[in-house]
Amino acid sequence: MNVEAATVVEMRGLVRRFGAVSAVRDVNIEIARGEIFGLVGPDGAGKTTIMRMLAGVLRPDAGQIRLMGVDVVAEPERAKPHLSYMPQRFGLYEDMTVAENIFFYATLFEVPARVRRERARGLLEGAGLQAFEGRRAGRLSGGMKQKLGLVCALIHTPRVLVLDEPTTGVDPVSRREFWGILYGLREEGVTIFLSTAYMDEAERCSRLALLNAGEIRYCDTPARLKRLLPGALLAVTTRDARAAHAALEGVPGVLGRLLMGDRVNVRVDDALLRTPALGARLAERGVRDAEIAPVEPGIEDVFVTLLGGAPERGAGGAE
Amino acid sequence: MNFKRLAAIAYKETLQVWRDPRSLAIALLMPLLQMVLLGYGVSLDIKRVPLCVYDQENSQTSRAVVQGFTASKWFAVARILGDERAVRAAMDRGLCAGVVTVPVDFSRRLAATGTASVQSVFDATDANTTNIAIGYAEAAVARTAADFQARWAAAHGRRVPTVGTVDLEPRVWFNEGLDSRNFIIPGVVAVILGLVGAQLTSLTISREWERGTMEQLISTPVTALEVMIGKLVPYFFIGLLDAAFCLGAAAYWFRVPFRGSLGALVVTTALFTLVVLGIGYLVSVRIRSQLGASQVALMLTMLPINLLSGYAFPIDQMPAPIRAVTLVVYARYFVTILRALFLKGSTVGALAVPIAALVLYAVVILWVAARGFRKRLD
Repeated sequence: MNVEAATVVEMRGLVRRFGAVSAVRDVNIEIARGEIFGLVGPDGAGKTTIMRMLAGVLRPDAGQIRLMGVDVVAEPERAKPHLSYMPQRFGLYEDMTVAENIFFYATLFEVPARVRRERARGLLEGAGLQAFEGRRAGRLSGGMKQKLGLVCALIHTPRVLVLDEPTTGVDPVSRREFWGILYGLREEGVTIFLSTAYMDEAERCSRLALLNAGEIRYCDTPARLKRLLPGALLAVTTRDARAAHAALEGVPGVLGRLLMGDRVNVRVDDALLRTPALGARLAERGVRDAEIAPVEPGIEDVFVTLLGGAPERGAGGAE
Repeated sequence: MNFKRLAAIAYKETLQVWRDPRSLAIALLMPLLQMVLLGYGVSLDIKRVPLCVYDQENSQTSRAVVQGFTASKWFAVARILGDERAVRAAMDRGLCAGVVTVPVDFSRRLAATGTASVQSVFDATDANTTNIAIGYAEAAVARTAADFQARWAAAHGRRVPTVGTVDLEPRVWFNEGLDSRNFIIPGVVAVILGLVGAQLTSLTISREWERGTMEQLISTPVTALEVMIGKLVPYFFIGLLDAAFCLGAAAYWFRVPFRGSLGALVVTTALFTLVVLGIGYLVSVRIRSQLGASQVALMLTMLPINLLSGYAFPIDQMPAPIRAVTLVVYARYFVTILRALFLKGSTVGALAVPIAALVLYAVVILWVAARGFRKRLD
């Protein structure tokens, strides 16, 4: 992290309640120029609420938000020209064509016609949408819609991009293209604040905030978040992962188990010390083809462990 | 206020209306349909009241009495009845609005005493129509009686006595033909414009909420006032177009005489259009579903305009509390203005009060609507 970089987004003591429910409680986030900052957390953790407050469309009950030096809570309209917000639900006009949507948003952001044409051409090309300018937005595929959303969001060259789960429901190829565009933007110095449900995307962020029940539990780079995991991670690969998962319950030194497709990720306090014991227990329970090898923890392991994913609690606490 | 942004909103709204069959139907088809239905269907004139005749005597004199009814355009003989039971049956089955019975001793009595009665029974389910029909019946009998008198006088070489009769010589102004259509049609224009205008704008904000486009729209620097004016502009022109169609149909198709100033008509129509567009917009701002907004807009326009604007039901005949309510029914002022411009050819000066009322209404509604829309989700 470059500590010298100018802070572009600053949220302090952010609180938002909906009736009796506290959707966001005391959230503090600082984002530097050019960061891709990710918000991860289960549904209902408060991701969308935070993004809406940053975008100036929802008022916080308490706390401050500054964006490019503008007080978003007091003067949301002064902050809006600097940012682009893409809501989770497709927010463009489905009964208008790709070109009409771009024209509309460019005009709202007061982009001069010549700049608009040039920029639109570049963005459409980058998104692979140049052949679809005359197509109604409602007749685009899910991935194309999201890319069009991004094109409209970028037409006025915002300094900050706020994307609420931009790739949910988008096919893997389009997702990769989408991230290609995001990396390009980062090179241009655009700051990106996004939420995601995909762990591979979370790994691509420069920093991550793990959100649960309206609170930020951890906030750091993905690499450092992984180091927060106590112990080491072992992958137990076997044809019967389910049996292995069950067999490893209550083995001394096991802090947690996560059943994956073809394996079980087992977190232990000491890999060298515990590997033989795991092998012995598996053999004892009839799981004979198991291979045990140390693995790098993925962000999903971090997510599940640090946020206390339900399946892990019992195993972790069985010590 | 940025005019390019305002124009972008107006352009976008126009595209959407143009591509939305439902909005297009409301904007273009509804006025046509309503003009035909209301223009032809609603008439307060009572003509050709269906009548049954039970002539017990069937003499030359009694037939002359019956002729008195059938010769007028006010009555149409539905059936000739043969007995008392048929009278009851005809009334029960609604074959006629009334039955005229000429008694069996009619001509004998007339000859002997100089007076004889014709009995008439009316179905007073519809009290208003019956009242008028009775008036027509009295006139028909009076004419027949005058005929009898004249004939008697001629036969006896005398003059009909004219001493002591006072005649009312009525002269009617503004609607010389006493055609209720001339009274109704100008009001119909207000009904149609009110309905269409509010329906169109009631969808405009709720559509953005419903389709999920609002969240992104309010995240841009566009101002609430730009959104409102930009959205109202296309509907204002659609409203004027509809008004021109309806007013043109009133003047040229239904041949309602137009005697006022065209300028005053354009200005007041524009004012009324602004009021109804504002009402629809206000509803749209408050209610986030298109269906709900359109229903509420219907309630706020259709009911008061139809019942309380005086377009069909005269306001001065209403009980005092309801008359007081009509003071806030914006359409009554426009109906008054339209009627005055069409039939009386009134000057703007004579219409100062209803015009001022419309101006006040437009300003208040648009002001409230402008404040009602917030660029926020909560």
